[in-house]
Amino acid sequence: MHSLRRFTIGEAVPIRRRNGPLTLDPLSRLEAEAIQIIREAAAEAERPVMLFSGGKDSCVMLHLARKAFFPARPPFPLLHVDTGWKFAELYRLRDDLAAEAGMALIVHRNPEAEARGINPFDHGATLHTELWKTEGLKQALDAGRFDLAFGGARRDEEMSRAKERVFSVRSPGHGWDPKRQRPELWQLYNGRLGAGESLRVFPLSDWTERDVWAYVAREQLKVASLYFAAERPTCIRDDALLIVDDDRAGLEVTMRRVRVRTVGCWPLTGAIESGAATIEAIVAEMEGTSERAGRLIDKDQTASMERKKREGYF
Amino acid sequence: MKPLLRFLTCGSVDDGKSTLIGRLLHDCGAVAQDRLAGLADFSLLADGLEAEREQGITIDVAHLYFGTEKRRFILADTPGHEQYTRNMATGASTADLAVVLVDAAKGVLTQTRRHSTIAHLLGIRQFVLAVNKMDLAGFDRARFEEIRDDFGRFAEELGIDAVTAIPVCALDGDNVAERSGRMVWYEGPTLLAALEDANSQAPSSLPFRMPVQTVIRDAGRLYAGTVASGSVKPGDRIEIAPAGTPAEVARIVTMEGDLAEAGAGQAVAIALASEVDCSRGDMLAGGDAPQVADQFEASLVWMSEEALLPGRQYLLKLGTQTVPATVQEPKYKLGIDTMEQLAAKTLALNEIGVANIWTARPIAFEPYAASRALGGFILIDRIAASTVAAGMIHFALRRSENVHEQTLAVTPALRAGLKQQRPKLLWFTGLSGAGKSTIANLVEAKLHARGRHTFLLDGDNVRLGLNKDLGFTAADRVENIRRAGEAAKLMLDAGLIVLTAFISPFRAERAMVRSLVAQGDFIEIFVDTPLAEAERRDTKGLYKKARAGQLANFTGVDSPYETPETPEIHIDTLTIDAEAAAELIVSKLDV
Repeated sequence: MHSLRRFTIGEAVPIRRRNGPLTLDPLSRLEAEAIQIIREAAAEAERPVMLFSGGKDSCVMLHLARKAFFPARPPFPLLHVDTGWKFAELYRLRDDLAAEAGMALIVHRNPEAEARGINPFDHGATLHTELWKTEGLKQALDAGRFDLAFGGARRDEEMSRAKERVFSVRSPGHGWDPKRQRPELWQLYNGRLGAGESLRVFPLSDWTERDVWAYVAREQLKVASLYFAAERPTCIRDDALLIVDDDRAGLEVTMRRVRVRTVGCWPLTGAIESGAATIEAIVAEMEGTSERAGRLIDKDQTASMERKKREGYF
Repeated sequence: MKPLLRFLTCGSVDDGKSTLIGRLLHDCGAVAQDRLAGLADFSLLADGLEAEREQGITIDVAHLYFGTEKRRFILADTPGHEQYTRNMATGASTADLAVVLVDAAKGVLTQTRRHSTIAHLLGIRQFVLAVNKMDLAGFDRARFEEIRDDFGRFAEELGIDAVTAIPVCALDGDNVAERSGRMVWYEGPTLLAALEDANSQAPSSLPFRMPVQTVIRDAGRLYAGTVASGSVKPGDRIEIAPAGTPAEVARIVTMEGDLAEAGAGQAVAIALASEVDCSRGDMLAGGDAPQVADQFEASLVWMSEEALLPGRQYLLKLGTQTVPATVQEPKYKLGIDTMEQLAAKTLALNEIGVANIWTARPIAFEPYAASRALGGFILIDRIAASTVAAGMIHFALRRSENVHEQTLAVTPALRAGLKQQRPKLLWFTGLSGAGKSTIANLVEAKLHARGRHTFLLDGDNVRLGLNKDLGFTAADRVENIRRAGEAAKLMLDAGLIVLTAFISPFRAERAMVRSLVAQGDFIEIFVDTPLAEAERRDTKGLYKKARAGQLANFTGVDSPYETPETPEIHIDTLTIDAEAAAELIVSKLDV
């Protein structure tokens, strides 16, 4: 067995000379490619928007967008498709980072889900996700007449995402047809659209989870403390370890030393018992399990991500 | 640590490609335990779509990410089947190296040659030949060497510099990441070692080139883009292509602060010392000027179900430039199995050929062999917006540098001014027998009576003269409209109000003519007569002939008519007669 190289976290080698030509270290190369993607998408779209939740990937994406248009502000607003069940810390971080970037933040909550009081406890993960996130996203994109939405998804997250284009076309109903994707050659992206179509653009396509953390460390980005181990109120529900973020569900809590690997709605985010309190420690700990293993919404059926994506989920 | 290596794997159906990839990922520790549990075999790691798992084949390119202590890799797993050639070309376009998989029992197949040819065409110069299923060949050294030499001869013909042949058994992991104890006669590297030691694509040797992606307006103007080749420093004298305007680099701006130098691959924003005309699509260039031309020869990989229509206007995107372009009739296409040059009138899905391309205005580029970023382009369908082809520029055609547009002292505006009118192009479109010529005649008579200078280009009349060499195939119809459009444009420039009556069945060509003239000067008039009614009238007796099979490619019968989506004027001939229609049209014109 070969072991994976552990990155020296915080290592910043932006550029170095090697036998003449300038070469980029892998992280700087990923950064440059993502900036190119963001600039290209913004140049070709009429009304672009950037999805922003405050999670680690979207923090990285926002940082890259700011770099892409520095010293000007990125020429698009941020959009958060809210469910009302996110971690309180994430709401604060979301607002702080949007304000720091000087960008407009649109928060959309599906009025139908709101009126029906849809929640993960009474209605289950599938319906909750479909109405609040998938439908909510479609409503927000239609309402803003956005023809292009940036998302922070990476191809290494999940098998169907490994098949996704960087510039991914959505049908007039926001659906994804994996068999009819445009060929995408070189770093040459086709940003044109047929009638009613829209684009989802993923600047972090070629990044791995490890790259994201190495970049967070190198750029000293602010991310949620939830990613780092601490004593938190928890409960076990349907075999999953949850961090109880508020008392709406009246759950009985036990204090445990835990952290999360990805953040979604708190009742749907599986936490792990962990002592990892630094980036180095969490990178070491994440080897051996896949990132979205803690996302309860991926487990409701086989090939579940592919199906959700076909219906318009990010 | 060596720079990132991007590579692709290609093989024929049942060569064990997915198993090999699964094995490679597993042996590198890149497979998560929760994903490994309950996996029937390694091949399921690579095939990510439901349809792929159901059918047991790879359909689309998957990108997989893994690494060792020595190196990081991005693997593009591409399908082997001929019907997915476009996906293979996609994976090859960014790869530094190709792993070509061969079944030891079957040896080098026509598919192996095909994959290698495509990979080579897309610019890959390093190959690893993985001879798989050695267990089924009894780990026989002679068999391995036979296949290695067979491929070696072919590779030499193609011009591939470096081939590393490795005998493997993917199922058990022999020579994948660990040396095989069952093939001690093999002394070369394992597959993983070969990948760790391979060279990344050599950087382009061209001087500084940077396509401008966007202009950032802050205190001044910053030209943002990714450096495609060479390097740049403040104070460098550069030029802005294709115009050739000289400029000087003042600053290289990034969020971390100004840079003293920027090199290939870096995303930067450049401030120039003085104000110049420069925008998205222009290229900043140092050293020798880049090539600028509007005609060149290129290889094309056709990627659309709808075949190439020579003469049709597509959009060509190269770097950050997007221009209208037409493809001439192919010089040849490559035979699927033999890769020999065959005569061709068009290119169908997954076909590869060579053709001349004409762009509507000169573009700045470099030959593909010198730069993938500046010599690779895509063609986009103007209506569907889909990517229909990938192209690689060979060289500019010399004649394009010799024909320069003459600047004329008397301008179109001056000519129109003398006639005291605003030139317009009234483009009548509709089925045969819809009433286009009748209505256009009446409109011209009314305009003439008002003292307007007009000319009517009638489809039938033009086909008797200017276009008498053209038939009614789709390609000829495209050329028919292109010539009519160009002729109309000349008359517009002469100051005339031009009326045309052509069936002009395809949206793409009507859009092309629209793009020839100034915005607002193209008036599309849809003479809307349902097919049944046109056929009932059948003034020229043509529908009867077509139905009897005496006329091929007749619009509405065995050739399509694409209805205008948003014509400027819509005439429903079932509700108004020709005279009323002509009155309506004249009333809507601002001439």
